[in-house]
Amino acid sequence: MHIDILDLHFLKWFQPRMFKCGSAKQGTSTVANKFSMIEVQALTKKYARTVAVDQISFEVAKGQIVGFLGPNGAGKTTTMRVLTCFLPPSAGRATVAGFDVLEQPLEVKKRIGYLPETPPIYPEMETVEYLKFVGKLKGLSGASLQKRVDYASDRCAIADVRKKLLGKLSKGYRQRVGLAQAIIHNPDVLILDEPTAGLDPKQINETRDLIRSLAGDHTIILSTHILPEVEQTCEQVIIINKGKLVATDSVRNLQARARGAESVRVEIAARNGILDAGIVQQKLEQVSGVSRVVSQAQEDGHVVFEVDSQKGHFVRGDLARAVVESGWDLNELRPAAMSLEEIFLQLTGAEASAGPEQAVPKGERP
Amino acid sequence: MRNTWIICRKELHSYFVSPVAYLLLTMFGLIFGFFFWNALGYFVIEGMQMEMRGQSFPMNLNEQIIRPLLSNVSVVGLFFIPMITMRLFAEEKRSGTIELLATSPIRDLEIIIGKWLAAMALYSCLLLFTALNFGFLFRYGNPEWKPLVIGYLGLLLQGGALLAIGTFISTLTKNQIIAGAATFGVCLLLWVLEWASGYETTTWARVLAYMSVITHFESFARGVLDSKDTVFYLTVIFLGLFFSARSMESLRWRS
Repeated sequence: MHIDILDLHFLKWFQPRMFKCGSAKQGTSTVANKFSMIEVQALTKKYARTVAVDQISFEVAKGQIVGFLGPNGAGKTTTMRVLTCFLPPSAGRATVAGFDVLEQPLEVKKRIGYLPETPPIYPEMETVEYLKFVGKLKGLSGASLQKRVDYASDRCAIADVRKKLLGKLSKGYRQRVGLAQAIIHNPDVLILDEPTAGLDPKQINETRDLIRSLAGDHTIILSTHILPEVEQTCEQVIIINKGKLVATDSVRNLQARARGAESVRVEIAARNGILDAGIVQQKLEQVSGVSRVVSQAQEDGHVVFEVDSQKGHFVRGDLARAVVESGWDLNELRPAAMSLEEIFLQLTGAEASAGPEQAVPKGERP
Repeated sequence: MRNTWIICRKELHSYFVSPVAYLLLTMFGLIFGFFFWNALGYFVIEGMQMEMRGQSFPMNLNEQIIRPLLSNVSVVGLFFIPMITMRLFAEEKRSGTIELLATSPIRDLEIIIGKWLAAMALYSCLLLFTALNFGFLFRYGNPEWKPLVIGYLGLLLQGGALLAIGTFISTLTKNQIIAGAATFGVCLLLWVLEWASGYETTTWARVLAYMSVITHFESFARGVLDSKDTVFYLTVIFLGLFFSARSMESLRWRS
């Protein structure tokens, strides 16, 4: 799981203590006054039996990096395929740089660079051959083709595999060739479908740096199911779930919104070396605003709990007081990192479920 | 036009970088070489026997070697065409590269015609092998060249028609084996439809026989350029490519 590797990044989010309830600004108001490169209005895509994308609307301003966030099967790829004219919408409108995807697909395609989930490479071609082929497909020729091939392979750091067969390249290189292919004709808009999926952490960082560096020249939409990726690379986030738009917001607002309730890790030790975990748990549950107390570890005279607060309650001060007043030592009290799943469920309005590594919750749920 | 050429070159490149083209060329060369050797051997022995009996029937290279061999090529071609066309679209759909083509500023028809032309080019290379053998006849004998040229034109038209059908079938599936098997089945059927006229003379039998690709090749093999047959092949080519375009469009609506 990518989340495992990158979970540390979440800590950064929750360090500054901003205890505001989810009063984040809604919608695309920050975008509307700038020139929007991509406009999607009430876009719907139905397959035979399922509705993959349901009435999605959003706008992307020129030069922005937008993260398209959602779990697998949320409709990210479908939306991107509509934007790239690969699939026609069932209803609604989508325009890229002012051109409608249904009415002027050729004009849209000229302005879009697209990296599908699996890089569309021909294993029997050499890197340079392939880039030249794609460049020609996109309408380049002669000296400008050569220039762009050099530029793209330089930019994506694939110059050292110029003469290698694509079929023999590693996953990381293939991904970069895929990116080079997308930027070869200097498109206004880059659409990247899970550009870091399947890469190792070092390659992920390199790819993110690369994408960030491309932001000045292009408007970028990238899809991902990894929240830190959005936080690191994007300015704006579009969250979708089951084909429906959940939120479009800036990263900062999203962070604030996710922070409605808190989850705290408490480590308590006894002065005399004997501590009854049951009593401690009872005591913690009595603190007002606490919704749930879960035991994480128990040793002699040393217990760790994870305490969830009710939405809108911030319980750390009360927790600390309760522990100290009971005569125990408070060794640690820090906010626990929230997983993507929790934040996501919170935003979609569902109840956060306990992860498999946690003990069975004993307290009452809200 | 330019885009068609780009696609065509790319397809040719993948035929000739992989062993596909060389394997087909080798097999076809061997099979045709055997046919040629057989036909020539028979011709020579017959000629010697006649001379021994003191008879002098007119012997004709065109009638006795070239014409039956061209018919053979047209039948052997039926077996090779599925192997040429099966990968055209099925492979791209399987590997996802179809997304690259479909999101590039290029029309579906340009992609289809480009791929079909590449298949035609490979098929022409196969035919070139037969030209090598016929070259011997011209070196040591004195056949007429006009019927031979018309025969080749017929082979190209017939191949083009079947390749267009194969291209269409390849757009229908992700699986190369399914594409190949289905194309082979259709080619075979279009061949044996001719037999319908063998014992029946009803209208239906005549219609079925008319649809056979082999029926229309007969006149070309005889060295006769018949507009009826030419139009038949051109129609099948057009229909095959037209259906491919519709099929590619429907991919977008269905998938």
